[in-house]
Amino acid sequence: MGFEVLFKGSNMLRLLSGLGVALRISLVSVLISIGAGLVLGSLMTVKKPVINVLSKIYLEFFRIMPQMVLLFLVYFGTTKVLGVNMSAETASVIVFSLWGTAEMSDLVRGALKGIPTAQYESSYALGLNVRQTYIHIIIPQIIRRMLPLSINLVTRMIKTTGIVMMIGIVEILKVGQQIIEANRKTSPDAAFGVFATIFVLYFLVCWPISILSKHLEKKWES
Amino acid sequence: MEEILNIKNLTKAYDDIVVLEQVNLTVHKGEVVVIVGPSGCGKSTLLRCINAFEEIREGTVSLCGETINPCREKLNKVRERIGMVFQSYDLFPHKTVLQNMTLAPVKVKKANKKDAEQEALALLERIGLSTKKDSYPRQLSGGQKQRVAIVRALMMHPEVLLLDEITAALDPEMVREVLDVVINLAKEGRTMVIVTHELAFARAVADRMVFIDCGRIVEEGTPEEFFENPKTDRLRKFLDSFSY
Repeated sequence: MGFEVLFKGSNMLRLLSGLGVALRISLVSVLISIGAGLVLGSLMTVKKPVINVLSKIYLEFFRIMPQMVLLFLVYFGTTKVLGVNMSAETASVIVFSLWGTAEMSDLVRGALKGIPTAQYESSYALGLNVRQTYIHIIIPQIIRRMLPLSINLVTRMIKTTGIVMMIGIVEILKVGQQIIEANRKTSPDAAFGVFATIFVLYFLVCWPISILSKHLEKKWES
Repeated sequence: MEEILNIKNLTKAYDDIVVLEQVNLTVHKGEVVVIVGPSGCGKSTLLRCINAFEEIREGTVSLCGETINPCREKLNKVRERIGMVFQSYDLFPHKTVLQNMTLAPVKVKKANKKDAEQEALALLERIGLSTKKDSYPRQLSGGQKQRVAIVRALMMHPEVLLLDEITAALDPEMVREVLDVVINLAKEGRTMVIVTHELAFARAVADRMVFIDCGRIVEEGTPEEFFENPKTDRLRKFLDSFSY
């Protein structure tokens, strides 16, 4: 079945470290996306036409554009045109952050808009000032609305990291390919064993995250 | 009698549309003033002007002799002293009934949390909802939510309570339980300004009735005069529109 190649040398360890690379790229990108998405999403609720149009263009552009095209554009395009020489991993983090920020800002905007004016007013009516209103009333509600959805974004990001091997990053899929190539003579079935293992590894990472999201959604259902 | 609220020559307009014109109204301590009028006449806007949720173009609103100035910092201080309950019973959905009630006293008045909880429990007991103290708003009926919203406002010990059509969004069978709470507050001598469409309730609770039409106070008086002997045609027509 081809599973035996995983026990040769340090193959399993290499596969896991490949998974580590994928997770590292997603984690860094997610953190950047959350921060930038909060800022951009709040800006989107401001009633300023210029800001609204610009953010809308940004949002649509990065959501519609296939991530792989974006990746090539940033990695290969910028080196020539802008003369910037960045590592493949930096390029990946930039691309995933741009995409994640777009998705996240839309979640923030939706959550902010979903909070009725009456929530602000009844808080002010009780004598809370603007800062207290945000800290105790608005932000906790935004987080509750956003968290399950942003967790889904994390799993989508992890799954999409597969494309970074296209610009030469040795992440889990690439390691898998290398193992299969190297053992083509001795174990021709390696493809099945290796990819099945990768499948299970992806699953083991994404499943708990998705359970957490479901759990939170249920807990905060209102 | 001590003057709690004094509204002088209040004019409110959105651009060119005048919503309230030269409104004068004084509310004394312990008095219950009920404002009625056709939809869109400006009665809710008047309440919102008192609390500075709406900017006013002309005139002044003063609370216990102190002019309410809509500059930010002091506004919180003033709003602490004015309780307001809205039509849509806006409890905070992520907090329990008890947390809804104790939040403002603890954060704004820096009250001791235990004391605030004791007080909240006593109030809940009085409105028959002490078993709901740990429930979330989504687990309550509309009438229950609105009763909690009223006692939440009481937790701040406001000098005047503004009730803005608090039964308008309720199912008919829940109106009673909410109005009963208000009637009890009136008996305790709370100062209140109430906007409502429930005329029977208005009559039962009011010390003074005010009729607003097209942004002006058209008529005011004791409930007896107001309902039995309306002086103006407009009020008579308005009252007639409620009888079948």
